Amino acid sequence: MTNTKIVSPKQDILYMVILSAVVLTMPIWLQPFGAAYPDLMQKFMIFGIFAIGYNILFGLTGYLSFGHAAFLGVGSYTAVWSFKLLSMNVIPALIFGTVLSGLFALAIGFVSLRRSGIYFSILTLAFAQMSYNLAYSVLTPITNGETGLQLTQGDARILDRAAGIQADASLPTPNLFGIEGIGYSGFYICAALMLISFFIYLRIFRSPFGLKLRAIKSNQSRMGYTGYNTRPYLMTAFVISGMYAGLAGSLLAVTDPLAGAERMQWTASGEIVLITILGGVGTLIGPLLGAGVIKYFENILSAFNDTVLVNAFSFLPDWLANGVASVLGLFVGDGWHLTLGLVFMLIVIFLPGGIMEGINRLWRLVSNRSSSSAEDKEKEQPSTKEA
Amino acid sequence: MSEYILDVTDVDKNFGGLRALSDINLRVKEGTVHAIIGPNGAGKSTLLNVIVGRLAPNRGRVLLGDEVLTGKQPHEINQLGVARVFQTPEIFPDLSLLQNVMIPAFAKRDGEFKMGFLKSLFAENEIREQAEHLLEDVGLIDHQDQIASSMSRGDKRRLELAMCLGQRPKLFLLDEPTAGMSRHDTNRTIELLQRIKERGMTKVIIEHDMHVVFSLADRISVLAQGAIIAEGTPEEVRNDPRVKEAYLGGEAV
Repeated sequence: MTNTKIVSPKQDILYMVILSAVVLTMPIWLQPFGAAYPDLMQKFMIFGIFAIGYNILFGLTGYLSFGHAAFLGVGSYTAVWSFKLLSMNVIPALIFGTVLSGLFALAIGFVSLRRSGIYFSILTLAFAQMSYNLAYSVLTPITNGETGLQLTQGDARILDRAAGIQADASLPTPNLFGIEGIGYSGFYICAALMLISFFIYLRIFRSPFGLKLRAIKSNQSRMGYTGYNTRPYLMTAFVISGMYAGLAGSLLAVTDPLAGAERMQWTASGEIVLITILGGVGTLIGPLLGAGVIKYFENILSAFNDTVLVNAFSFLPDWLANGVASVLGLFVGDGWHLTLGLVFMLIVIFLPGGIMEGINRLWRLVSNRSSSSAEDKEKEQPSTKEA
Repeated sequence: MSEYILDVTDVDKNFGGLRALSDINLRVKEGTVHAIIGPNGAGKSTLLNVIVGRLAPNRGRVLLGDEVLTGKQPHEINQLGVARVFQTPEIFPDLSLLQNVMIPAFAKRDGEFKMGFLKSLFAENEIREQAEHLLEDVGLIDHQDQIASSMSRGDKRRLELAMCLGQRPKLFLLDEPTAGMSRHDTNRTIELLQRIKERGMTKVIIEHDMHVVFSLADRISVLAQGAIIAEGTPEEVRNDPRVKEAYLGGEAV
């Protein structure tokens, strides 16, 4: 759960190398799980970025924001506008999406961070719902309301036209100097950005700044009597996490150039809280795991339908197969949220530290067993509190 | 510059209809130890709360040297050089002892806010060595990687002492630093505080344990029902009949 050791930068480089290897080989090792298709892997990366950014706020400072989907939405809209007005190149889209979300976070944080605890959560929720409703009403000229913001043939794309790139009959796709933002290349763009984001996030965790954020979570009033003005620290964490969300939102638009207001709804804000808690609040890698697990099950379980289930149980007598299928049918397909809810309840009750706590417990169990059999191996099992 | 490091003038503090402090005047000379004693509910902790900015007084003002403290935020007052240990230890329970002591050291060096989120904690050798030194001073160095919440109450107190000492405050406020400690730990704390006394740090100390008070204090103020009823050297206070009546209750000291 907690990082009580001061870690050397060398260990962190090793950490990054391992993580990069795992992430970049995903198209291979995800195959047996049926998850190696680009759309899903892009989601893993994008929601991974969203979750680690959220963890900088929630995991380090303990401030529970219920409005982070607003930043995701702002990122998406900005990116699509960048595609429409400037260029189909993803770089301006990502930069504008991230920066604008950061500015938006600055404004919301300025008001919300005057309160803490439940009042802070409610304020962020109120702002996000406000943004959601505005996107459907007053801001329709910018957001295109219920239809969602889409690319059209007639878009200006000033930079592209100046560079002599003409759109042919079909709609252009976002690209990084010719590398398309969809399919496997899209996944690698997302993966590269996720790794860069993770590296910055790791540095924040390991910095005096990160330590101070954790001290705020631990005892905020002590921080005051110790000479710290906590507001600017919280503000910085809030804006950074808003920028991460904005980057994630822009990437959603890169992989699918379309932005709708539903991305800002409170359920989307709730999902990121869920992801972070499921993975392990305040742990380094937990939020990434949480994002992976939730997006995986969302895709796999919701793809099941009654026919698939009946076929799966066709070895049973008909009446029994139908019975089993209709009971299980409650938990899959559209009903997969029921499964998610149950899993979430179990996690919160039995593993409040999320998946990471489960992994740490298992690790301790295994290392205790092996150290009793082989004493000399003891030195090879450093504290597991690391991750 | 006045010769007093702490100068409390005409301070009143009311809670609703209750007058917690009335007309408090307190002057503490630089480099001395000033004890505040008095029965429970006399307003001792309230006075410290007014000094550190947790409470705003209804009347009066507090000076640190030539600096006005009244109306400032707690973090500003700390940055001016006032550190405090609380009656119940205020530490960072989720962090290791070493990290607990490093945080105040950062505040001393970097001020109330510093961004620098790409710098590694690992490279902060100076702060870490200083923190280790402080933990050694209070006898907690063997537990430096332990989580603070797992320590005993006495150890938490000593940890809090180390945290404040690392800031080398001009004025150090101690609210019952030995409450709940064993005789052995109390003696160790007295010894530690005496050592700091030699370093010339001004201290204001609230204490019930007369053994502690008389072995440390240069001057004593006696507080009863929100007012200072006596002030003087330990010898004077010990022999003051009003003090005996209000506080010591005729008990032989």
